Amino acid sequence: MKSIKIKADNLNVHYGEKQALFDVSMYMEKKQVTALIGPSGCGKSTFIRCLNRMNDVIDICKVQGKIEIDGNDIYAPDMQVEQLRERVGMVFQKPNPFPKSIFENVAYGPKIHGIAEHKSDLEEIVVNSLKKAALFDEVKDRLSDSGTSLSGGQQQRLCIARAISVNPDIILMDEPCSALDPIATARIEELMGDLKTEYTIIIVTHSMQQAARVSSRTGFFHLGKLVEVDKTETIFSNPSDQRTQDYITGRFG
Amino acid sequence: MGFILISLIILIGITSYFLGNLRAKNLRTSNKKNLKSLSHYYGYYVALWAVVPALLVLLMITSFKSFFIEQYVLSDFIALGSYTETELSLLFTQIENTAMGIKLFDENTILIDGAVNKLNYINKTIENLTYVTVLGFSGLLVLYSVFNINHKLNSRKIVEKFLLVLYFTCSLVAIMTTVGIIFSLLYETLRFFSQVPITDFLFGLNWSPQRVFVREAGDLDTRDLANAFGAVPLFAGTFLIALIAMCVSVPVGLLTAIYMSEYASPKVRDWAKPIIEILAGIPTVVYGFFAALTVAPLVRDIGQGAGLTVSSESALAAGFVMGIMIIPFISSLSDDVIKSVPQSLREGSYAMGATKRETIVKVLLPAALPGIVGSFLLAVSRAIGETMIVVMAAGLNAKLTANPLDAATTITTQIVVILIGDQEFDSPKTQSAFALGLTLFVVTLALNFIALQVVKKYTERYD
Ligand SMILES: Nc1ncnc2c1ncn2[C@@H]1O[C@H](COP(=O)(O)OP(=O)(O)OP(=O)(O)O)[C@@H](O)[C@H]1O
Ligand SMILES: [Mg+2]
Repeated sequence: MKSIKIKADNLNVHYGEKQALFDVSMYMEKKQVTALIGPSGCGKSTFIRCLNRMNDVIDICKVQGKIEIDGNDIYAPDMQVEQLRERVGMVFQKPNPFPKSIFENVAYGPKIHGIAEHKSDLEEIVVNSLKKAALFDEVKDRLSDSGTSLSGGQQQRLCIARAISVNPDIILMDEPCSALDPIATARIEELMGDLKTEYTIIIVTHSMQQAARVSSRTGFFHLGKLVEVDKTETIFSNPSDQRTQDYITGRFG
Repeated sequence: MGFILISLIILIGITSYFLGNLRAKNLRTSNKKNLKSLSHYYGYYVALWAVVPALLVLLMITSFKSFFIEQYVLSDFIALGSYTETELSLLFTQIENTAMGIKLFDENTILIDGAVNKLNYINKTIENLTYVTVLGFSGLLVLYSVFNINHKLNSRKIVEKFLLVLYFTCSLVAIMTTVGIIFSLLYETLRFFSQVPITDFLFGLNWSPQRVFVREAGDLDTRDLANAFGAVPLFAGTFLIALIAMCVSVPVGLLTAIYMSEYASPKVRDWAKPIIEILAGIPTVVYGFFAALTVAPLVRDIGQGAGLTVSSESALAAGFVMGIMIIPFISSLSDDVIKSVPQSLREGSYAMGATKRETIVKVLLPAALPGIVGSFLLAVSRAIGETMIVVMAAGLNAKLTANPLDAATTITTQIVVILIGDQEFDSPKTQSAFALGLTLFVVTLALNFIALQVVKKYTERYD
C-alpha cells in the first residue's frame, strides 16, 4: 500500500446552524490523484477547503474533527495557517489570476514566502512553474502582459503555475475545468498526469469521465456524508452502495 | 394668474386622459376590432394634446407680453421722441410703481396718470385674453385628438416619441447651460485680458485688485493696473491649502476605507459608515468656524510654544480642517471599490499563504487603484473649490508664501472678496473674478482629464 499523505477523521462542518459535513473520514495517498464526486451542494468544496483551512476565512464556518497531513494536526493551535497553505496549494473553479502581469502572478507566492534569494532565482522559479503548468511556450514573449489578458484555459494554467510556484506537497483543485472547453480540459488533465509524479492532488469534479481518467481513488459525497471511497475502478465498475451506483449511472444528481 | 391657469390646464389634462381612455374602450367594444395600442395610451395621447401646446402658448404669451405692454404704455412718451432708452425704462418703472400705489415722485404729470390707466387696462385685457386663448386652444385640441382616435392611430408610438423629445430637451437644457456658463466666463475673461495682459495675470507675483479704481468711466489709472493682478499668490495659496488638506485626508481616508472594507465586522460597519459620511454633510460654514475659532488658535498656541511665529490665521488650520471635511469622499468611495474587488482574488491570495496585510497591500489595493485614484481626485477638486473654510480660517491676505503657518488665500476666496458689495460691472477688478473662475474651471477640467487617463491606464492593467 502507498503511504498516506492526508488523513481526515470524523470531520463535522457547520455553516452557522446548518451542518454541511457529517462524520467524514478518509485518507488520501501520497503522489496520487484523489477525485471527489457527488451532486451539487453535497459538501465537496467544503471538504476540500478544510484541507488548507480556507474555511477560516468564512466567519460562520466551524470545523470539528481532525485532519492530519504527514501526521501533523493542521487544526492544532500552534499550526501557522500561512505555512500550511504554502504546503497545500489550491486551484479554484473559476480562474482567478491577480490583476498583475503574468510574471508577477507566478512570483507572488515565492515573494511573500521569501523563497527566492535573488532576482535570478525568482526568474528561474517563475519559468519552471510556467513550464510545469505547460504554459511557458504560449506566454514566454509576453510575461509582462496582464494575467487577465489570457484565455480562460491559459488563466487556469496560470493559476496552476501560481499554485506550484511555492513548491507545495499537495494541490487542491476545486472543479478546475468547469469553466473550460474540452480542449483546455484535456490539456489540464494531461497536466495532472505529469504533476502527480511530484505532488499529491485532490480534485473535485462533476465529470465522472474526468474522475475515471485522472484519479486512482475516488470518494463519493452525498448530502454532506462520504458515502463511499475506494479505488476508482471499483467505484465505477462495482460500487458497494446503491446511491453511488445511482449517481454514476446518471439516475440522479 | 399663472397658477390658476396652469391648474386649470392640468385639470383639463387629467379629464382628457379619462376621455381618451374611454373613447378607446368604446371603440374597441363597439367595433370589435383591435386598436393598435392599449387604451390608456390613448388617454395619454389626448392628455398630451391638451396640456403641452397650451403650456407652450402660455409660455410664449408670458415672454412677449412685457415687451408689448411697455411699448403700449409708453407710446405717448415715445411719440414725444425726447427720451433715451434708459430714461424710458426708468419711466416705466415709475409708472408701474405708481400703479401699485407707491409714489416716489410728486411731479406726476398728466402723461404719467394716463399711462397708469393704460397699464391697468392692458394688464387686465391681456390676462383675459390669455385665459381665453390658452383654455380655448387646449379645449380645441382635446376635441381634435379625441376624434382623431381610430384603429390606425398608434398612440403608443406617439407617446413614446413625445417622451423621447422630452428627454432630449431636458438633456439639451443641461448641456446648453454648461455651454452658456463657459461662454459668459470666456467673454468676461477676454475683456479682462484686453486690459490686463494675460502674462501679468498668470505670472505676476502681486495680487491687490483693491488698488484699482475707476475714476471716471474710461479713465483708468494704468499704473495701477500694471501690478495689481498677478495671480500667482492665489495659485500658490490654493495649492498649499489643498496639499495640506490631502496630507490629512489621504492617509486617514485610505486607512479608514481599508479598515471598513476588510477588518470591520458588519455590525461596526453599519453604524460607523453613516457617521463618517455625516462629515461630508456638515455645512462648510460650520467647519469654517471650527477652523477659525478652535483649530487656528490651537495651531498658533502650539506654534508659539515651539517658538515659531504663527499668524492667527494660517493655511495649516484651514488645510487641516478641510482635510477632515474631505475624508469621507476618500474613505467612502475607496471603501466601495475595495469591497467590490472580487472575493475570488482574496481567496486566491489567502490560498497562496498570504497574510491579510499582504493580501490588502499586494492584491486588493492594486486592483482597486483606479477607483482609489478617482476618489483622491474628487477630493482634490473639492478642496480646490472650497471657499468658506479658507475665508474664515486662512485669511484674505494674498501673500506669496510656502509657509503653512502663514496666512494664505485661495482663488475662490478672492472671487468672493472681489464680488462682495456693490461693483462696477465692467471694471477690471470685477472682471478679474471671471478670469479667476475660468482658471479654476480649467484646472478642475485638467484634473478630471488626468484622472480619467490614470483610471484608463490602470484599468487596462488591472481588469
Ligand atoms: N459560505 C457559506 N455559508 C453558508 N453555507 C454554505 C457556505 N458555503 C457552502 N454552504 C453550504 O454548505 C453546503 C455544501 O456546500 P459545498 O459548496 O461544499 O457544496 P459542493 O459539493 O461543493 O457543491 P457544488 O458541486 O455545487 O460546488 C451547501 O448546502 C451550501 O449551501
Ligand atoms: Mg463546490
